[in-house]
Amino acid sequence: MTMKASSRQADGVTIVDLSGRITLGEGSVVLRDTMRDLSAQGHKKILLNLVNVSYIDSSGVGELVSAFTSVRNAGGELKLLNLTQKVHDLLQITKLHKVFDIQDDEAVAIGAFDQ
Amino acid sequence: MNATRVSYTLESTLASVNKAEQSAEEVAARSGFDTDECGRIALAVREATVNAVLHGNRCDPTKHVTVSFDSTPEALTMAVRDEGPGLNPATLPDPLAPENLLKESGRGIFLIRAFMDEVRFRILSPGTEVIMVKFVRGPDRGGSKEDNQ
Repeated sequence: MTMKASSRQADGVTIVDLSGRITLGEGSVVLRDTMRDLSAQGHKKILLNLVNVSYIDSSGVGELVSAFTSVRNAGGELKLLNLTQKVHDLLQITKLHKVFDIQDDEAVAIGAFDQ
Repeated sequence: MNATRVSYTLESTLASVNKAEQSAEEVAARSGFDTDECGRIALAVREATVNAVLHGNRCDPTKHVTVSFDSTPEALTMAVRDEGPGLNPATLPDPLAPENLLKESGRGIFLIRAFMDEVRFRILSPGTEVIMVKFVRGPDRGGSKEDNQ
């Protein structure tokens, strides 16, 4: 299953709806390109909606980390929304669940960004 | 179930990674693992094959990756072998260390170790073979999950 990404706006937050697999190759590239485009457009509050991300490998984990650090280094915030159990388990094993702000309600997640 | 062995010789490409992963999931299902375990086994084989293609063979089209599956009623043993310069797993940084937590790479072997019951590395001449064992009903003995050879 190929990876797809689309973005929308809500209360100043850019929500990126991702679907498919974030793995080495196409999936990681789609996420990287999406984040690069958002950065170029000046988006600094980003919520990655992973509800339809069925699978992620270590390369995909690395892309999430890269997205997090690049947004943070630009003075922004990145949060994760609606992780599947598989993805949550992977972030827990790698202890990245302590790094990311992981949310399970979109409205709450939007409200959690710094105003 | 009788013991069965399947082996593939694959090119050093991303397509081979997907092939190895898919084969692992199918073999794991036939070996009696549940859906979640099949996913973890497939991910471990995927990570091992990524390492073999990218870091071992460095995508060299003249080098190949061998992936094999040995299934018995007790365990599924998977081996991924490359023809690269060799890997010393003892030198790999700990991806959970605070200074490594935000690195973009370096989690593949860590995940293999997390998902498998036993992991062994064989240093070949040339190449590296990572051998991964998953017991059908979990490890039946205590001790370390890993044994480097």
